[in-house]
Amino acid sequence: MIRVQTLAPSPRRVIYRRPDLLTDTSTHYCPGCGHGIIHRLVAELLDEMQLGPTTIGVASVGCSVFAYDYLAVDFVEAPHGRAPAVATGVRRARPDAFVFTYQGDGDLAAIGTAEIVHAGARGERISVIFVNNGIYGMTGGQMAPTSLLGQRTTSSPGGREALTAGYPIPITEMLALLPGVSYAARGSIADPQLIGRTKAMVRRAFETQLSGSGLSIVEILSTCPVGWGMTPSESMEHLARDVVQTYPLGVIVDRAKSPSAQGKG
Amino acid sequence: MLMKGNEAMAEAAIQAGCDAYFGYPITPQAELLEWMARRMPELGRVFVQAESELGAINMALGAAATGARVLVSSSSPGISLMAEGMSYLAGSEVPIVLINVMRGGPGLGSIGASQSDYFQATKGHGHGDYRVPVLAPSSIAEAVALTADAFELAERYRTPVMILADGVMGQAMEPVVPVYRMPARTNAGWELAGAADRAPRVVRSLHLRPEDLEAHNRRLQAKFASITERETRWAGEDLEDAEIVIVAYGTAARVARTAIERAREQGLRAGLFRPISLWPFPSSALATIAPDLRAIVVVEMSAGQMVEDVRLAVEGRTPVFFHGRTGGMVPTPGEVVDALNRAWALTAPAEGR
Repeated sequence: MIRVQTLAPSPRRVIYRRPDLLTDTSTHYCPGCGHGIIHRLVAELLDEMQLGPTTIGVASVGCSVFAYDYLAVDFVEAPHGRAPAVATGVRRARPDAFVFTYQGDGDLAAIGTAEIVHAGARGERISVIFVNNGIYGMTGGQMAPTSLLGQRTTSSPGGREALTAGYPIPITEMLALLPGVSYAARGSIADPQLIGRTKAMVRRAFETQLSGSGLSIVEILSTCPVGWGMTPSESMEHLARDVVQTYPLGVIVDRAKSPSAQGKG
Repeated sequence: MLMKGNEAMAEAAIQAGCDAYFGYPITPQAELLEWMARRMPELGRVFVQAESELGAINMALGAAATGARVLVSSSSPGISLMAEGMSYLAGSEVPIVLINVMRGGPGLGSIGASQSDYFQATKGHGHGDYRVPVLAPSSIAEAVALTADAFELAERYRTPVMILADGVMGQAMEPVVPVYRMPARTNAGWELAGAADRAPRVVRSLHLRPEDLEAHNRRLQAKFASITERETRWAGEDLEDAEIVIVAYGTAARVARTAIERAREQGLRAGLFRPISLWPFPSSALATIAPDLRAIVVVEMSAGQMVEDVRLAVEGRTPVFFHGRTGGMVPTPGEVVDALNRAWALTAPAEGR
């Protein structure tokens, strides 16, 4: 007699759930926008690393300013581009806090260039989640400093031309040159495997801060289907196939002290 | 002891319990930054020389959002760069104290003392409907006292407060017995420390729904009305029998005081009305004394800025004259006496009007 064993999952074994620190709210993000995935990664890691009670986030200007509606931690809102300066103030006044900024590419790589470079130069003990979707989404899809050559936007209707609009700025590589930047990496949300690798990078960035090392930054290549004039699935294909040609994935520098040797905090 | 204005204000902030200072070098306030660079680390407190005034004011926003007592200082061109931050601080109701040691403008102007940032200070630095209290010391001892008061006001009303000094106030040395004061710390209940055992807090100025932003603005306006009602400050000298009154603040008031002494020696009954809070402006006090005066002479180190608030307060009840110098020039007492005499010659006694 053959016994058929059914492997129904135990009702107590949770495979997938909303992280505690991700609020139970519908977001305002457009369909196919990458912020939802990235918010979730941040919330999962804050949960897993038990950082919620000590975290002060810095929200920046752009679509993600409302991160504070979705991540259930203390937040201060920074003027456009100034998040690394605001985070510096938070960090210096609260040495015991866990401090991160969540910034877009217009915010970090254009108007906030001085602030991110000097926070890096000072080796501020902050973590930067830098979401690069190559466009100004909130204002209606204008060209960003990170837009690809040839990319059509509402302010580069004929496609970005190097002669008049310059080249995409590899700011994470530039920051990696600074001794005060302890960890710099670039991930992507183009597929589940890449999302897993990106999560590992964000974890390492958070560990870098906890180890007492300098600034940590993870650039996360993301999508803006509405701004790009694509469907969500087309935008994921574009991200996987084209965007990485300009922005190669991987760890750019890791000078962080070993967190296991330093302990937390 | 002999103290330089910039250093006296810096030490007054330290004695008032300043936890963190952020700044950027600019003449004529550099000694303030240098004093903090030495003293703050000595005391285990925060000092950061920022990459720009934008950096400094935003560091201040971050630190003050955690409940720290924060000082920032700069001079005119630097204050223009901080205008953005001041709007955000006012909108998100984060208390800090900002010292402006004014120099001549516009543009790079000069490094000489000036009072040409009165409009900027009192009518709003950045965008949006907001005001911040502006305190104007006219002696180093007063600067020391106002620094402590500024922290108290900032925290009481959850607002940035500006101390409006000028290059003379910052650079001059004078004997002073500094009276330091540390305002009591209150448990604010809005500051960020991490959401342990409570709901998360957000310090923000964004209210995307027009209804929400209007409600927020109404609340801010009610706060500004309350500050106007309770925190207006001014000082009068020789007003009892005065027929002609000089309105001046800061260094210009020092010059006016000497001019008034000389005018009185010549038989001219002159007095001094000295606004200490430039916003809120002491309009009603001035309006009360104005009808009994023959004339008012406003003296400023500017092309004429505060004189507009004086005219608004007086509402035509008394003739208002102006004497100003610009570009880093300080009016002499002799010029001011001449201005008093001209005003006298052109006017009739108040009872005859």
